[in-house]
Amino acid sequence: MMKLFNTILIGITSGSIYSLMAIAIVLVWRSTRVINFAQAGLALASSFVGFEVLTRTGSFWIALPVALLAGAGMSAFIEYFFLRPLLKRSGDESQEIFLPIIATLGLLGVIKAILSFIYGDQNGTISPPVSDKDFIVGANSISMSPMRVLILIVVIVLVSSITWLFQKTSIGLALRASSYSPEISRLAGVRVDLIRTCGWAISGAAGSAAGMLQTANGSGSLSPDSLEFSLLLVFGFVAAVIGGLESLLGAVLGGITLGIFISFVLMYVSGSLVFISAFLILLLVLYVRPQGIIGKKVGRRA
Amino acid sequence: MSLVITDLCVDHGAIRAINGVSFSVSTGQLAAVVGSNGAGKTTLLRTLSGLNKATAGNAHWKSTNLLQAKPEKLVRKGLSHVSEGKSVIPELSVAENLDLGALWRRNKKESAQSKEAILSNFPRLGERLGQRADTLSGGERQMLAIGRSLMSKPELLLLDEPSLGLAPLVIEQIFQSIRDLTTSMGLTVLLVEQNAIGALKIADIGIVLNLGKVAIAGPAQTLIADPAVRAAYLGY
Repeated sequence: MMKLFNTILIGITSGSIYSLMAIAIVLVWRSTRVINFAQAGLALASSFVGFEVLTRTGSFWIALPVALLAGAGMSAFIEYFFLRPLLKRSGDESQEIFLPIIATLGLLGVIKAILSFIYGDQNGTISPPVSDKDFIVGANSISMSPMRVLILIVVIVLVSSITWLFQKTSIGLALRASSYSPEISRLAGVRVDLIRTCGWAISGAAGSAAGMLQTANGSGSLSPDSLEFSLLLVFGFVAAVIGGLESLLGAVLGGITLGIFISFVLMYVSGSLVFISAFLILLLVLYVRPQGIIGKKVGRRA
Repeated sequence: MSLVITDLCVDHGAIRAINGVSFSVSTGQLAAVVGSNGAGKTTLLRTLSGLNKATAGNAHWKSTNLLQAKPEKLVRKGLSHVSEGKSVIPELSVAENLDLGALWRRNKKESAQSKEAILSNFPRLGERLGQRADTLSGGERQMLAIGRSLMSKPELLLLDEPSLGLAPLVIEQIFQSIRDLTTSMGLTVLLVEQNAIGALKIADIGIVLNLGKVAIAGPAQTLIADPAVRAAYLGY
């Protein structure tokens, strides 16, 4: 019984981090119809920025917002100087589907290479700002530590702010309108190109938060060819697809679902099957509910 | 003359959709552009609002060159285009669709006044502010599309087939609203319609497009009354 409870707790914590990554992927997908594989590189690069700030100031609470800003800046930079000219110049529709995939994969490589060039074999460290020792209740230790509580709080705050931004502000209305219908939005006076860059920036911030929290929650070590970040990208992508790729709520539910599922595999089956099980659940969702758990059954809008 | 179009040519790939169109509309006039399918009516509007690129010619609204600017810039110059097929965003609420048209406006007090004025013109939108736009009837959606474009405080309104897919009674209402709005708000309107008679009845001037060229243009009443025009271009 205790094991079951702990499995779910672990799943929720790691799932909440996948949710952030899924949100990052969904935001880019909604604004430009691109799956940004460079998201892992952006998260990694901004976590390194966070690491540098942490080493100089000693404060996680300064490092986290700086990393978020760095992630937002880099993401907006990539959209403006890289993706936008690329998509403007691509000719037919088949190119429009393939080019961004190849381009963002290439970018992922470039970012990792730059980080390797700067850091070489040196690893960065982001240690947990609060204790990661599990709480003890009676004779049992439960899989929830001050650090995990902190992660949940940070994720809840970030997700609520993003939701508030999207639902209650002018820029949020412009972001939603531009993703549903760029043409009508332009005719209504919305600067759709600028709004897309904003969408990428928010996505970059969400991705870098995922990177920072994942590092602090996991080994604490940060290396330019980190497997952890590749996994984070894959899990974030799977979570986004489970959630239907279109909605923020879907991304959150997808992340938590995937987190709990993986945690069960880890605790009850085998640690070596984690990666495969993520793909299994992806296949299962695509077979049974290709529109995602809360997506509606509609074809892609032009 | 405030809207002046001279020798406008627009190509769709190898096809010349608009072939040397010239006409002008005075401030405060309602001009109906009629003609059969494929006459180039929609292309004309899309070019004027910056969605399509012109191949040759000129088009000016007062001092603004319409062929050089992007749609989102032209909105700020007082041009608003309601595109074909009930130009609303179905996933957004009625209120959000309206607000969308005024997002670029700095003066929020003025936008709020515009909204009030629009809701008093289309009271049915006021009752449905919180509903998603895809729950509206066809006529209500068209009202919302026009309302959204009025939120941008336009001086020149481009309307593409507002009667499309609507019941005859609703068409009459929409046409009447367009006529009333033109007069009460001092708008200049370019109304593109396949429903030629309905559009010409409320219009000041009429322009008949045929295969990308102006077949005939003149006062709307004259066009309706001319048996030759009726037989050749208006279909009865």
